[in-house]
Amino acid sequence: MLRIKCPCCGERDYTEFTYGGDASRERPAPDRADRQTWYSYVFVFDNPKGPHQEFWQHVHGCRQWLVLERNTATNEPGASRRARGDASE
Amino acid sequence: MTSAAYRLLGGGRIDRGKPVSFSLDGRSMSGLQGDTLASALLASGLRLVGRSFKYHRPRGFLSAGVEEPNGLFTLGEGSHTEPNIPGTTTELTAGLTAWRQNGWPSVDFDLMAINSLLAPLLSAGFYYKTFMGPTRGSWMFYERFIRRAAGLGRAVYERDTNRYETRQAFADVLVVGSGPAGLAAASVAGRGGARVVLVEQDSLLGGSLLRESVAGGAEQWRRKLETELEALRNVEILRRTTALGLYDGGTVARVERRDHRRLDPARGEARQLVTTLRARSIVFATGATERPLVFANNDRPGVMLASAVRSYLNRFAVAPGRNAWVVTNNDSAYDVAFELAQNGVKVGIADARRLVDPSLSMKAVGLGIELNLAATIVDVLGGKAVRGLILANGSDGSQRQRRDCDLLCMSGGWSPAVHLTSHCGIKPRYRDDIAAFVPGGYAAGQFGAGALTGSFSLAAAVAEGVAAARNALAHCGLARDMFDVPLPALEMRVCGIEPIWQLPWSRHRKAFVDFQNDVTVADLGIAHQEGYRSAEHLKRYTTLGMGTEQGKTSNVNAIGIMAGFGGAAIPSGATTTFRPPFTPVAMGALAGRSIGAHFRPTRRSPLHDWHIKHAGEMLQVGPWLRPRFYRWAGATVASAYLEEMRLVRGAAGICDVSTLGKIDIQGPDAAEFLNRIYVNGFAKLPVGKARYGVMLTDDGAVLDDGTTTRLAETRYFMTTTTAQAGAVMSWLEFLLQTAWTDLKVHLTSVTDEWAGMAVAGPKARAVLELALPKVDLSDARLPYMGSLETSAEGVQLRVIRLSFSGELAYEIYVGGDYALALWEQILATGAPLGLKPYGLEALGSLRIEKGHVAGLELDHRTTLDDLGLSRMARQDAPFIGSQLRQRPLLQAPERWSLVGIESLEPQKRLRGGSILFAAADAIVGHGRGYITSVTWSPELRKSIALGLYRGGLKHQGEEIVCAYPLKEEQVKARIVAPLFIDPKGERLRV
Repeated sequence: MLRIKCPCCGERDYTEFTYGGDASRERPAPDRADRQTWYSYVFVFDNPKGPHQEFWQHVHGCRQWLVLERNTATNEPGASRRARGDASE
Repeated sequence: MTSAAYRLLGGGRIDRGKPVSFSLDGRSMSGLQGDTLASALLASGLRLVGRSFKYHRPRGFLSAGVEEPNGLFTLGEGSHTEPNIPGTTTELTAGLTAWRQNGWPSVDFDLMAINSLLAPLLSAGFYYKTFMGPTRGSWMFYERFIRRAAGLGRAVYERDTNRYETRQAFADVLVVGSGPAGLAAASVAGRGGARVVLVEQDSLLGGSLLRESVAGGAEQWRRKLETELEALRNVEILRRTTALGLYDGGTVARVERRDHRRLDPARGEARQLVTTLRARSIVFATGATERPLVFANNDRPGVMLASAVRSYLNRFAVAPGRNAWVVTNNDSAYDVAFELAQNGVKVGIADARRLVDPSLSMKAVGLGIELNLAATIVDVLGGKAVRGLILANGSDGSQRQRRDCDLLCMSGGWSPAVHLTSHCGIKPRYRDDIAAFVPGGYAAGQFGAGALTGSFSLAAAVAEGVAAARNALAHCGLARDMFDVPLPALEMRVCGIEPIWQLPWSRHRKAFVDFQNDVTVADLGIAHQEGYRSAEHLKRYTTLGMGTEQGKTSNVNAIGIMAGFGGAAIPSGATTTFRPPFTPVAMGALAGRSIGAHFRPTRRSPLHDWHIKHAGEMLQVGPWLRPRFYRWAGATVASAYLEEMRLVRGAAGICDVSTLGKIDIQGPDAAEFLNRIYVNGFAKLPVGKARYGVMLTDDGAVLDDGTTTRLAETRYFMTTTTAQAGAVMSWLEFLLQTAWTDLKVHLTSVTDEWAGMAVAGPKARAVLELALPKVDLSDARLPYMGSLETSAEGVQLRVIRLSFSGELAYEIYVGGDYALALWEQILATGAPLGLKPYGLEALGSLRIEKGHVAGLELDHRTTLDDLGLSRMARQDAPFIGSQLRQRPLLQAPERWSLVGIESLEPQKRLRGGSILFAAADAIVGHGRGYITSVTWSPELRKSIALGLYRGGLKHQGEEIVCAYPLKEEQVKARIVAPLFIDPKGERLRV
């Protein structure tokens, strides 16, 4: 089964994580988005076969959210990085 | 004791000096150390081992391995009973109790054999056809009988008291199978320094080598490699261990069986261990399984796979007959013919091919074997045992001759065991040259070797094992010295085959393809005629391949026969989907220790022991244990909760609310953060005040509610519902870490840090003033929805004045370690005022009277508008869900929205989940809504409820009917406002 490299804790079993949805799109800014933008963000999105950017949370570890590239056809995990993005921490 | 009439005097891997007693059908019998149940029974001459599934035909052992479809037994007694266990893989141990299956009153004399006469009515798909049209209703009548007659063994209802374990493990190189390819691979990988795990489902290593004589070169080679592997410390050898399935990322599940040992579960000795192994690389050396030939009456006891007879001869020193015939379409069956002859058995061969390799025919003639080419079997004689056969020769099969025999060895070719390599979706491909399917490919780092890849010669198997191991080592980045393995000294064999899927000119159509599910060529014909031609359709329509052996001896023959019906070639990818487990595994083994109390984690409040000691009836709510009611109030929940409600409304009660989710929110942007997630504003909440908040999901439905208190300018204390605590925490972390990374906010889950207790009732303040005499709890200091940080005897306390019940109430939070002391102090000082504890049932019912929504109303489909809370929503600023909650359909007036319901028939019971209809409606269909929460109200002396009703409070005052179809009950009721007591909230502000 899936082995996921948590950027903080190292390679761990998928059972330590929870899947958190599509990470390939940006969440609309809270104050500037209209109903159509929110509608597209929540309900209208692609379901690609192949490499996919996904959110996962290391719930049984550091509780950090990360972005993992996973191939939806072969279930192979790829690169992962912290969702937050800054390298300083 | 039965004499071992069919045991050979010499040879075999059994110990003639160690007899083993066992019982069959209650009769005492004897075998030898090293026997399986099958070999011991065959040695004693017992042929009839069971009755077939549908037709109750007498059956004998077909094979010597896991592919056995006929010889299934019920083993053990009492709670250790296990049905449908193949006798061919059951090691004979002292005291083994075995029972033959599926015959009534006995397998020897089975009345159910009458089913054979009903065969024309029971052919493929019969239940789709026999019980249609005018007879459709009769299915419900006949189903009972059919179900009782179906099945093979019977399971017991007693709990499995065996102990099982599950484990995790890691390896560099996993080698599956210990035949020549597997042994060679393990040797090379082991000497290459990898962490090697070698799994073998049998009790001995060797695979196909165990079919060879112990006196030959094969056995020497086998022992040599075994000794070498045992000596390598980095090689773990697991016998009696089956690789059950291949999963993503090189993960393999395996089960180790230890039933051959005397085990003591009380000492923690597990009968079976299931391990999830993560291997960096895998070598599959799973070998191949022989196929039967398909001809009339090929299922009689005494008709066996040719290689199985070799196994019984050479491994168990049993010759299962004295007058044998061999029928084949390939060269491999000649081995058993020669060896039977060399052991004094009379042998004849019927080879369906016109031409065979001269070395074979010459050797046959030299041994005095009657050899017939272009010959087939068109019928087998004998019911409970083979007596003879009808041979057919000539170009049209018209020359028929009868031959006596008591053993018929058949070989239809070899099917590589492609199960594991196909589990992850790589479909096998067909090879014409060997008339078999081989793996269609491998994942990275995984390799195949030996008969699995279609290489049936020993030299090729060893060479491929070596090559695969080298590749595996390279994949692991380990040293790649050119280790090699010398070949065993064995006569080289030829391997020709002609794909003849069913022998022609069978006398009648009882030619079996799937022995276990009684599927014949006739059934395949029906399926083909009716259009069920793909392997997946064929399987479901005829049930071919759906038994315990999952088509190991039938799938490939069926594909060949179906292709023949259509006159087409066999397409690649023609097999059905392979799924784990490879062989049946006990449910207990998969569960391991996660049973009973360990099925899921249990969370306890810090006051748990107190509840138990004071007769709290505990209820499992998710992972939490919470007191549902206390016995001081009544013997059953029905009376107790009402007494507890009266207590709270009349005096004061105390309730353990420690399970609520609690989150500490700090940072300069904490206020802005809360403003974005709650529908109502929190940025302007004064320090020291609490506010009820509701949060939505992005799509506009209600996610959760709770109370959030402002402790300081940049610090808040949020509570959530018990059930949603984890989800809300993750959601808030998600927002801060993925979207709003510019906000300076820090979250800490403090659910387990703070115990919480609610004191509620008209006397609540008086109770607390007695318990905390130094704390100013006056209405001025602590008004409704106020909070204060304080302490008592040096222990930090947080007191928030809010009410779930609608009475004057306080929630007191204290560090978990001090919970018991505080709880007992409040109860002790409050006793003279009548203070007692109340539980979950009363807690949930009091809030109904007050119209507070809770989990039953917050089902993630209801919106703010549905719940009558739309006035809470800010109009001036966006919040999560603020846009999509305004979608027209989510605001439609005909939506089911929150109403109060009061019963007009107090003598009838009002039930939660009741379907609501207007008074004039016909009571049919989905109605106009349903009851979400219901309680008897001691104050109003009637049943009241909250519910969702189409059009909501537009229908206030109207009469409705609450229907409960499961119990055929209907109660007249009225729609009222969802607020039954104290509408002005005067009790809260005392």
